Amino acid sequence: MWDSLKLIFTDYTVGVITCGTALLGAISGMLGCFAVLKKESLLGDAISHAALPGIVLAFLITGTKSSSGLLIGAFLSALLGLFWIRKIVTKTHLKTDTALGLVLSVFFGFGMVLLTFIQKMPDANQAGLDKFLFGQAATLMVEDVWMMGAVTTLSLFVVILFWKEFKIMLFDKDYAHSIGIKTKLLDALVSLLIVVAIVLGLQTVGVILMSAILLAPAAAARQWTNSLKNMVILAGIFGALSGITGTAISASSAHIPTGPVIVMVAAVIVIISLIFSPERGYLFKQIKHRRNRNDLKLKKTLQLMYNIAVSHKNVYHPHSVKLLNNFRGYSKKSIQQMQRDGWISITGGMWSITPKTFEYITQSKQQQI
Amino acid sequence: MILPQIEIQIIAALVAMACSILGVFLVLRKMAMISDAISHSILPGIVVGFFITQDLNAPLLIFFAALTGVITVILVEYIQKTELVKEDTAIGLVFPVLFSLGIILITKNASDIHLDVDAVLLGELAFAPFDRIVINEIDLGPKSLWVIGIILLIIIILVGLFYKELKISTFDPSLAAALGFSPVLIHYGLMTVSSVTIVGAFDAVGAILVVALIIAPAAMAYLLTEKLKIMLVLSVLVGVIAAITGYQLAHLLDASIAGSIATILGLFFVLVYLFAPKKGIVARYYRTGRQHLEISLLSLLLHISRHREKEERHVDHLQDHLNWNKSKAKKLLHHAQETGLIEIQNQIISLSPKGKEFAEASINFILENQEHRIALLKRELFLKQ
Repeated sequence: MWDSLKLIFTDYTVGVITCGTALLGAISGMLGCFAVLKKESLLGDAISHAALPGIVLAFLITGTKSSSGLLIGAFLSALLGLFWIRKIVTKTHLKTDTALGLVLSVFFGFGMVLLTFIQKMPDANQAGLDKFLFGQAATLMVEDVWMMGAVTTLSLFVVILFWKEFKIMLFDKDYAHSIGIKTKLLDALVSLLIVVAIVLGLQTVGVILMSAILLAPAAAARQWTNSLKNMVILAGIFGALSGITGTAISASSAHIPTGPVIVMVAAVIVIISLIFSPERGYLFKQIKHRRNRNDLKLKKTLQLMYNIAVSHKNVYHPHSVKLLNNFRGYSKKSIQQMQRDGWISITGGMWSITPKTFEYITQSKQQQI
Repeated sequence: MILPQIEIQIIAALVAMACSILGVFLVLRKMAMISDAISHSILPGIVVGFFITQDLNAPLLIFFAALTGVITVILVEYIQKTELVKEDTAIGLVFPVLFSLGIILITKNASDIHLDVDAVLLGELAFAPFDRIVINEIDLGPKSLWVIGIILLIIIILVGLFYKELKISTFDPSLAAALGFSPVLIHYGLMTVSSVTIVGAFDAVGAILVVALIIAPAAMAYLLTEKLKIMLVLSVLVGVIAAITGYQLAHLLDASIAGSIATILGLFFVLVYLFAPKKGIVARYYRTGRQHLEISLLSLLLHISRHREKEERHVDHLQDHLNWNKSKAKKLLHHAQETGLIEIQNQIISLSPKGKEFAEASINFILENQEHRIALLKRELFLKQ
């Protein structure tokens, strides 16, 4: 592991690739927050598939494998897919999931038809196009990284510029609309940014895994914070971290493609976040759950004791612990804890309630009335 | 046409039937994307199965893959139940992870596995007829034909047996629970059958075409009808026609069969999307125009019936009073005159007896809060033409 991290700084190619994947992870993590909060998590999957025919067409038209040409093709095609999804959802009663699946499979299928034409071309080296399916981080060049950097900066600029508007729109679209924010335009802008991030990621992680790079950092970041700003920053960090770690792991051992490893690293971050994050995390929730249950049991027992106690003239008259056996909701441990907390006092197998308990329950009963 | 070609078309049609029946229920339950998830996440199951059996068509491999599909569904629901992420996020997280696992397994053991990820994803229907079942030297036909045929039979039997349960649990899960059959059980049953179907179909047609065949025919049928039975029939019909047309297209262009079928499905969908009788874009556009016209006519009639003064009823006055521009006013006046609701003399509009009757009745309905009856009135009066 340490060796592979060292590789990042010493090996030029690995360094370039790491820069690229880190940038990609950061930008898609940040933009992914918007997709997740807009409840459009699967949009990325559909859009990345929809990019395929554009890539192939661009190749057929230009005849070269220059990244920029293919990326423009991918961008246009993805945009068309997005447009169609929106149209289907707004103009018919078909639901979002149907529209997504439809556009995804039809566009991808059409891309496959176009691919067969390339395979028939005499001197076509189709391996270059294959990388868009599963991604090949190894093909990242310095120019690609520069372009990623430029797009990242631009997206960041847009996000910061419209930060307030985005925020209001994400949490209350109707309110945003009512105070005069052009929600449709902003919606389109967010979608456009997401499309850009996806298209950038295609040649690194491929069509199929791109959606995970978009979602996973955002889903993980969501667990740690309730503030949008922190979430976006955290998601960026998580994304970059997945990119760097994934590249390092895949560089250190042969035969492991970068894209899938990045996804696995991101998944590990998600799992850790889901389980260990404070407040929302699974572990924390379980602990809280158990504590609440014990509290409730304790209260029930105390209530029972109070009821027994007030049926006597002297409220603090001791009773046998065995008496409680006839009722539910008490265990040795809970009795001991109640004694520790000063709710009851026990002397030789006999218990009696304390003034504290008497006042507390009488008071809470009065409040209920 | 030679035998393999016919066999390919039969296989494609059978896959289309199986997928489009399932698709109806998945689309109606808003779970269309789960088919995409399953079709990707079965990869590690296939790889592990391939480790053991070394045969891409072994029943055990299908079992492993289907198991991974069911695991996907369970994982998605488990993550969703924690309420930490939304359902679609859960789907979007689970399947790429399983898919990545599959790819890493393949590349790690590249020397042992001759398994092409492209083949799994894209499928190659053209090769399906060459893998045949031969028992006692008698040729029983292509293996995939048998596999998908059996799956289709199972689907038809299951849907036939549990049609009522499926229907109720799809449209009203709480009613289903109240009636005493578990929607959860039916849900998992459906998911299991989906997994098995996707696995059975993937090696013949590829994961992407499976998704297209599950979603597109059902989506089209849903745009054409609102009755479940008719939707099922239409979905199967569209699926089979698209499969065969797609094959012909592929043959014509010498292109990928799965891709061509998906493309044809897309084209069909565009046609239905535009021209479906009630839900299509053209029909909707026409209907909105119609409603616009009706409302405008109603406001014209009410306006005229409320005013006796000549200047208020002047043709040019509509511009001020109803905020209509000239061409719109002209069009509407023409239409109202045609239907015999108004009469125009010296640029002054007055209601015809028919128009008067209509306006009076509408006002009464509006006053009595019975606006819905105006619709009936409209049907009686000016839609008769």
